[in-house]
Amino acid sequence: MHVRPILLPEKISHPNVPGSGPLLSVQGLSKHFQQFSSGFIRRVQGITKAVDNISFNLAQGEALGLVGESGCGKTTTARCILRAFAPTAGTILFQMPDGRRVDLATLSKRALSPIRQHAQMIFQDPYSSLNPRMPVHDIIAEPLIIHRLANARERDERVAEIMARVGLAPDHRFRFPHAFSGGQRQRIGIARALIMRPSLLVCDEATSALDVTVQAQILDLLQTLQREFKLTYLFVAHNLDVVRGFCHRVAVMRQGRILEIAPTSELFNAPQHLYTKILLSAMLSPDPDIPMNRHLTEQLAQLDRLAP
Amino acid sequence: MPDPSPLSPTSPHLRGLESGGWSPAKLALQRFQQHRIAFASVFIVAVLYLLAAGAEFFAPYTPQSRDINYAYCPPQLPRFSIQSGLHVLTMRVSIDPLTFKRTYLEDPLQPIALGFWVPGESYHLGGLFPANHHFLGVKPRPNQLPPTALPRFYFLGADAIGRDIFSRLIAGTRISLSIGLIAITLTLFLGVTIGGLSGYFGGITDTLIQRLIEVVNAFPQIPLWLAFGAALPAHWPPLTTYFAITLVLSLLSWTSLARVVRGKILALREEDYATAARLLGASHLRIFCRHLLPGVASHIIVVTTMSVPAMIIGETSLSFLGLGLRAPVVSWGVMLHDCLNLPTIVNYPWLLMPAVLIVLTVLAFNFLGDGLRDAFDPYTAK
Repeated sequence: MHVRPILLPEKISHPNVPGSGPLLSVQGLSKHFQQFSSGFIRRVQGITKAVDNISFNLAQGEALGLVGESGCGKTTTARCILRAFAPTAGTILFQMPDGRRVDLATLSKRALSPIRQHAQMIFQDPYSSLNPRMPVHDIIAEPLIIHRLANARERDERVAEIMARVGLAPDHRFRFPHAFSGGQRQRIGIARALIMRPSLLVCDEATSALDVTVQAQILDLLQTLQREFKLTYLFVAHNLDVVRGFCHRVAVMRQGRILEIAPTSELFNAPQHLYTKILLSAMLSPDPDIPMNRHLTEQLAQLDRLAP
Repeated sequence: MPDPSPLSPTSPHLRGLESGGWSPAKLALQRFQQHRIAFASVFIVAVLYLLAAGAEFFAPYTPQSRDINYAYCPPQLPRFSIQSGLHVLTMRVSIDPLTFKRTYLEDPLQPIALGFWVPGESYHLGGLFPANHHFLGVKPRPNQLPPTALPRFYFLGADAIGRDIFSRLIAGTRISLSIGLIAITLTLFLGVTIGGLSGYFGGITDTLIQRLIEVVNAFPQIPLWLAFGAALPAHWPPLTTYFAITLVLSLLSWTSLARVVRGKILALREEDYATAARLLGASHLRIFCRHLLPGVASHIIVVTTMSVPAMIIGETSLSFLGLGLRAPVVSWGVMLHDCLNLPTIVNYPWLLMPAVLIVLTVLAFNFLGDGLRDAFDPYTAK
């Protein structure tokens, strides 16, 4: 089986080291969506538990993969952490660069705004995540304008600098998104997220819309940037190969819960949970001698019977 | 000679590559220029507004200037000859003693020379600057009578009391093309704001606003127009009254634009770039104005362009019915009010000239709107 060379930073600052607790500590996070009846008076008919009481820690400089089938709640988790959705329950403790710890789950919109500088997101779809009516320079500089971080001249300099850093030609900054390829657009999205120097970067399927070679380039870029900017990643993905080469630890989600969380090599070599095993067996292998798992549906049904 | 290589820099296949630095607006402009009729319409509309702006100068006579001796004078076609230059022929009138029907005959021996930039009736340009030169008029001969005593010419004929239709058409352009614009601006403002709020916040706000729109749409408009016409103070001049009525009506007509804007905003706010802006910490106002509104701008422009002809037709029909503007105000609808009966139309068809201009204007605006829509949204058409 083909394995990408793993380029992990030598040391991860450990949660136990004094002065550097986990950058992010999620405890009992839940997000329930209410389903309404149709009609003028909308009654609550049912509740979908998209995320159901999950907990995990994220150390400084770590890359945590969040994997699972579609609909398992991994994107909802990512969006709850950045408060694109308001969580139903739970705490999301985030360590600010100045050492303060804030609970993202309960902060008001106003209080949340300055924290946005430190936690940013990279989106799955490089086409819809960039405003087609803004030139790249404006897209990348927007965070600086919103948070009043730089004057016009400094903005120009910082945009040029970050564009060079993510592998874009600064000369192209007055072009519009339609003039760029998918991979280049994803680099623009990365530049927009990084220009404020955040400490946490949530990648919501950041590479799944790209073709394989571009995917590898973007992953390399993210790894380089992780070292340069001392970034911490929460990496949501469904592609296990990507996670294997990129993440230090992996959490497996299904039906809104985390089933298993373990260091990458451990999880891939000795999966504990039955679902993890099924998931790993579903990976396609380029080796023709390894047969495809043709019993996925039955196995999943069996799993549901065991743990309803 | 061989064809240029398909990949040479001048090849048409590569032309798209140059557009990398082009904004979507610039690309739209380029597409718009390829829409020939729409582009011609821009020219027509520009000419009309130019005429409206300088109506006093472009019209040979003031709209109320009249000469009863020329009642129902037919159009005098401009001619050109070496001796007299640009001229029209003098009209000789004969009155049937039995029916009093006036018959006009052109007298080829008595040309009336016309000239550009000639002195004529005095006026105040834009209501401010006194002037008496006209773009086109009867050329005064040296050592001749004062300008008022010059022979008159009727390029498009005269009405029942000998007023120049051509001059009145130009004067009417100003009223017909401008009075509704303020109402349209108000409609635009209400439609974008209310529709935007509805789409942006969704949920209960959206439901309430949508029900409000349904209630507003249920009002019958013409009776309301009549009621307001009756309720407004009688001592107001006709122009003020009409202006007030259009303003009130714009309070009813914002609904269709609001629906369009709401639908678009509802779709756009789910785009990742709107979420991205929110996660960057952008305010609601910033997300709405910088990220969502530009995506609706093309719709707004098209709806506005398309509503101008509706406003012109509205003014015309109401004035024609006697509900809108009334004399002495000069507008195309007021002019058409003169041809309410069949004998007039049969005997003096040139009184219908305003209708021709209305058709031309409405078509120009419609083609303009068409062209704009195709330019902004090239995938729906063709």
